[in-house]
Amino acid sequence: MLKLSRVYKVFNAGTPNEKIALTDINLHLKPGDFVTVIGSNGAGKSTMLNLAAGTMRPDAGELRIEDKLVNSLPEHKRSRWIARVFQDPMAGTAPHMTIEENLAMAYKRGQMRGLRFGVTRAKRDMFREQLSRLGIGLEDRLRAQVGLLSGGERQALSLLMATFTKPKILLLDEHTAALDPSRAELITRLTDQLVREQQLTTMMVTHNMEQAIRLGNRLIMMDKGKIILDIGPEQKATLTVERLLHEFEQISGTKLSDDRVVLG
Amino acid sequence: MIPDFIIRAIELGLLYSLMALGVYITFRILNFPDLTVDGSYTTGAAIAALMIINGFAPWLATLAAFGGGMAAGAVTGLLHTKGKINGLLSGILMMVALYSINMRIMGTPNVSLLRETTLFTNISPMIFMIIVVILVKILLDAFLKTDLGLALRATGDNPRMISSLGANTDTAKIIGVSLSNGLVACSGAFVAQQSGFADINGGVGMIVIGLASVIIGEAIFGRMTVFRATLAAILGSVIYRIVVSLALRVEFLEASDVKLITAVIVVIALVFPSIGRSWSEKKTARKRSAELSREVPERA
Repeated sequence: MLKLSRVYKVFNAGTPNEKIALTDINLHLKPGDFVTVIGSNGAGKSTMLNLAAGTMRPDAGELRIEDKLVNSLPEHKRSRWIARVFQDPMAGTAPHMTIEENLAMAYKRGQMRGLRFGVTRAKRDMFREQLSRLGIGLEDRLRAQVGLLSGGERQALSLLMATFTKPKILLLDEHTAALDPSRAELITRLTDQLVREQQLTTMMVTHNMEQAIRLGNRLIMMDKGKIILDIGPEQKATLTVERLLHEFEQISGTKLSDDRVVLG
Repeated sequence: MIPDFIIRAIELGLLYSLMALGVYITFRILNFPDLTVDGSYTTGAAIAALMIINGFAPWLATLAAFGGGMAAGAVTGLLHTKGKINGLLSGILMMVALYSINMRIMGTPNVSLLRETTLFTNISPMIFMIIVVILVKILLDAFLKTDLGLALRATGDNPRMISSLGANTDTAKIIGVSLSNGLVACSGAFVAQQSGFADINGGVGMIVIGLASVIIGEAIFGRMTVFRATLAAILGSVIYRIVVSLALRVEFLEASDVKLITAVIVVIALVFPSIGRSWSEKKTARKRSAELSREVPERA
């Protein structure tokens, strides 16, 4: 579904601030895979996600979606296959537009936008039904401006907007990191539910090890621009935070001390 | 009885209200302060005037003016999006360039339409403009609710989001700026036909008048929904003209003071709502703390 082959990315090449973000990344997501990506700051997790989404281009290597080479396709043209949820709850929705208008825009993901009305009666019924799956009462507030919603509500809406059109690939960029624990738990639960129901191919970057272990069927750990650990479904079922920390120390020879990697 | 000068002000306000709608599209929807307006207004007047004195039907001349304005706006949009020139600067560049282009269109600095047949030869500008403005408002409101219109609004509201949903924000901006300047040029064409001439300097200061209309309208009518916001721009344009005509009745003020009056109106409309807000916040806070000190007097 999504394939990265020998991908390299360097920032500020040739300057004193040169930073190698990704080195020889090879990653293949099969249809229905749900990969969680962990690693300390600067490990290259977000860069990898941005390359997949098309907001950055790789220096070398190939990016393929469904076997189609997409290296030079800009973000808005990849959105046909790829949906994203950002870390910032404000980033995924338009604040001065209504809930139904936001959903109508997501409904048209990757399609031509013409002169038909965005919100029709039939669509409104469908939106209401979809929103009710979130279980937070947004279905009764279709005409409320999104800017009036709380961060958790906005993130839940973003998640729905990203998933309800069944994209080929779902990219989640620390999408629970900016929420308080109970809201983060809600979004985590919804993520699991929505991805499972639609069997979406998903890549989720997170700083939360417990979350990374709980969700998905595959776990990747990154360090200094490389994938240092790739755990498949069988091993992942019995994985614990302690084992993960132990593995990291074994491979990298250092203790995972970055306090942004939270345990649970 | 409504005094005659108020009627004339309302009429003028309606003539200029399409320009206000144009400024609303760029300034509020796209969040793009577009200064092309000063040039494209004159472009509209110039195209309409030239076509009318050459015997074209007035409605055709007005339509051509709309097209000319759209073309000018499209160039500004291209400069900004594809040329990556700062938004303000691309508008200024286009405004300056249009001065020469407008001069080329008209040939002379002033074209008279006094003996020509215009849109307003057989119908009063007031009735005609009421119909046109209502029509344009309905069409614009509908457009802003289509899939394309939603993408346009989201481009101003959250470009990152709409881009991740597959809309090309560059295209959306070009379409928006283009449509905006088309409406502005239409206003230019209407005013030229109503006043009986097109002048090369007719558009000077138009952007500020457009802003004044939008801001006054919002201060009074709000902008929570598209319907309200477009209504606010139209009525803002009318109120602006009424205020100016009232101000000009003060003996001390002269016609050349209009621009200063406009600037003052904009400042008042911008500053007043935020002062009012902080004032009402303070009032609520005072009331609340008074209530609290009554409820728990011993804690004080």
